[in-house]
Amino acid sequence: MTDAQFATVSAIAPTAAGAHAAAKSAPKMAARGLDFFYNGFHALKNVNFEIAEKRVTALIGPSGCGKSTLLRVFNRIYSIYPKLEAKGEVLLDGENILDPGYSLNRLRSKVGMVFQKPVPFPMSIYDNIAYGIRHHEKLSKSEMDVRVEQALTQGALWNEVKDKLKQSALGLSGGQQQRLCIARAIALRPEVILLDEPTSALDPIATGKIEQLVAELKDHFTIAIVTHNMQQAARCSDFTAFMYLGELVEFGDTETLFTKPAKKQTEDYITGRFG
Amino acid sequence: MSTTSEKLYRNRRIKNAIALSLSGAAALFGLFWLVWILWTTLRTGISAMKPGLFTQMTPPPGSDGGLANALFGSLVMSVVAILIGAPIGIAAGTYLAEFARKKPIGEAIRFVNDILLSAPSIVLGLFVYTLVVHTTGHFSGWAGSLALALIVLPVVVRTTDEMLQLVPGQMREAALSLGVPQWKVTLQVLYRSALPGIVTGILLALARISGETAPLLFTALNNQYWTADMSQPMASVPVVIFQYAMSPYDSWHALAWAGAFVVTVFVLLMSLLSRAILLRNKASHD
Repeated sequence: MTDAQFATVSAIAPTAAGAHAAAKSAPKMAARGLDFFYNGFHALKNVNFEIAEKRVTALIGPSGCGKSTLLRVFNRIYSIYPKLEAKGEVLLDGENILDPGYSLNRLRSKVGMVFQKPVPFPMSIYDNIAYGIRHHEKLSKSEMDVRVEQALTQGALWNEVKDKLKQSALGLSGGQQQRLCIARAIALRPEVILLDEPTSALDPIATGKIEQLVAELKDHFTIAIVTHNMQQAARCSDFTAFMYLGELVEFGDTETLFTKPAKKQTEDYITGRFG
Repeated sequence: MSTTSEKLYRNRRIKNAIALSLSGAAALFGLFWLVWILWTTLRTGISAMKPGLFTQMTPPPGSDGGLANALFGSLVMSVVAILIGAPIGIAAGTYLAEFARKKPIGEAIRFVNDILLSAPSIVLGLFVYTLVVHTTGHFSGWAGSLALALIVLPVVVRTTDEMLQLVPGQMREAALSLGVPQWKVTLQVLYRSALPGIVTGILLALARISGETAPLLFTALNNQYWTADMSQPMASVPVVIFQYAMSPYDSWHALAWAGAFVVTVFVLLMSLLSRAILLRNKASHD
C-alpha cells in the first residue's frame, strides 16, 4: 500500500462509516460499522478499521477501551462465550466473516491468534506445532517434519529447540513458549496473525526477540497487534489505531499518529496525560 | 505514647498466643484419635496377618481360614464400579465444565451432583436394593457394583468438572483459534492438561468405595464361598469385617482386624499415589 492509498484509509476513521472508497486500497481485513455487546454492554461503537496486507497494524488505548475486543472479533474467538454479540461487517478478502454461513474452521485456519499469556499445550514441542496442522491436512511423517521445522524456524525458535523436539513444551522459558505459540499459529500458514498483547508477560529481552520476529514475519503475513506499550507500537507497526471507550478515535500511519496526532485525545494519551 | 503502643502490642501478643494454642489443641485433639485408630488397626492387624489370609476362604466359626473370597469380591466389585462410574462421571463432568459452564442447566446438575456426593451410602444401597435386588429376586455382585458406582459417579463428576475448570481459558482459546473443533480440543488438549487431576479423582473414589460397607449389605450381601460369578451374592472385605467383628469368636475377630489392616493400607496407598501424581504434575508445570 502506498502512502497515497493510505491517506484514504486514515480518512475513514472514525465516523465516516460510508467511506467504502477505502475498498480500492484492498485491505486484507476490515471492520465496517462494527458494534460489539458484552451481555448488553456496548463495548465497540460503530468501529471502522482496516488491517493492511503484509503490514503491521497496532491497536493502542487504555485498559477497557475495546482494543482486545476488536482483535477478538477478527477470528470470532469471542463466540466461544455466551451472550457476546458482534453487529456490523468484518471483511476478510471482501467476504463477511460475521455471516453465520462463514465456516469458523476456515476462518481460523486463515486468521491465527497469539495470546497475552503463552499457553503451550501439555505435549511435546513437536506436537504443539503439529497439532493444528494434523487437523487441517493429512501429511506424511517426513512432510510433517519439514513443516514443523519451517514453522519453528519462522518462529525464531528452531536453533534453541531442535535437539529437544520430543520434550514437553512446558519446560521452555516464557519467551520461548511465546515464540512457540507464534510458530504454532504460523504453522497453519494463515494469512493474518492477530497478536493480543503478546509481550506483556515477558521480560525486555524476550520482548525484543518477539518484536524482531514480528518485523520479519510481516514479509509473509498480515499482522495486527494489540499492545499496552506505546513504544512497542511505535517501534514495530506501520499503522496505528488509537481507541478510547469503545470508539476508534484515530487511525493512521504510525509515524503521523505519534508525531502529529490529529485528535486531542490521541495526543493526551500518547503524551501520558491519561490512560 | 510509647507505653500505649507497648500495651497494644502486648495485648496482641497475648491474643495471638491464646488463638495459637487453641487451634493447636484442636488439631492435636483431632490427630490424637486418628493416630489411635491407625495405631490400633496396624498393631492388631499386623499380628493377625498370615499367608493363608490371601489363599483361604472365610471360615465357619472355630476353624481356620482367610479372606481370599472377600478380597477377590471387593476387588472385582470395586473395579467394575469404577468401570461403570468413571466414564459416565468423566463425560458428565466434561459436559458441566465445557458445554454448560454458566448455563442454568449446568448449575442445576452441579447442585444435584453435590447432593448425591453427600448422600449417605446406605441410602444408595437401599436404592439399588429396590431397583435391582428386589426386581431380580436375589443379591448379586452386579448390584453391589452398581451401588458402589453410584458413589464413584459424583466424585468423578466433581473432580472432572473442577479439573477442567482449572485449565486456563487461554489454552482453550489458543486451541480453538487453530480452527480445531471444540470436542477435539477437549479430548486432545484439555483432557491432557486435566488428566492428573481426573486420575486422582478416580483413585480417591476407588479408595472410598474399597471401605464402603453400607451399600453392599443390601446388594452384594456376602458369600461364604469363592465365586467369580457376579450374578451371585459376593463377599467383600468391609462386609466380612462387619460380620466378623460383631461375632463372639476370637478367630473371626483376628480376621476382621487383618481385613481392616489390608483395607487401611490400600486406602493409604491410593491416597499417596494420587498425591504423588498431583505433585509430579505440579513440578512439571512449574
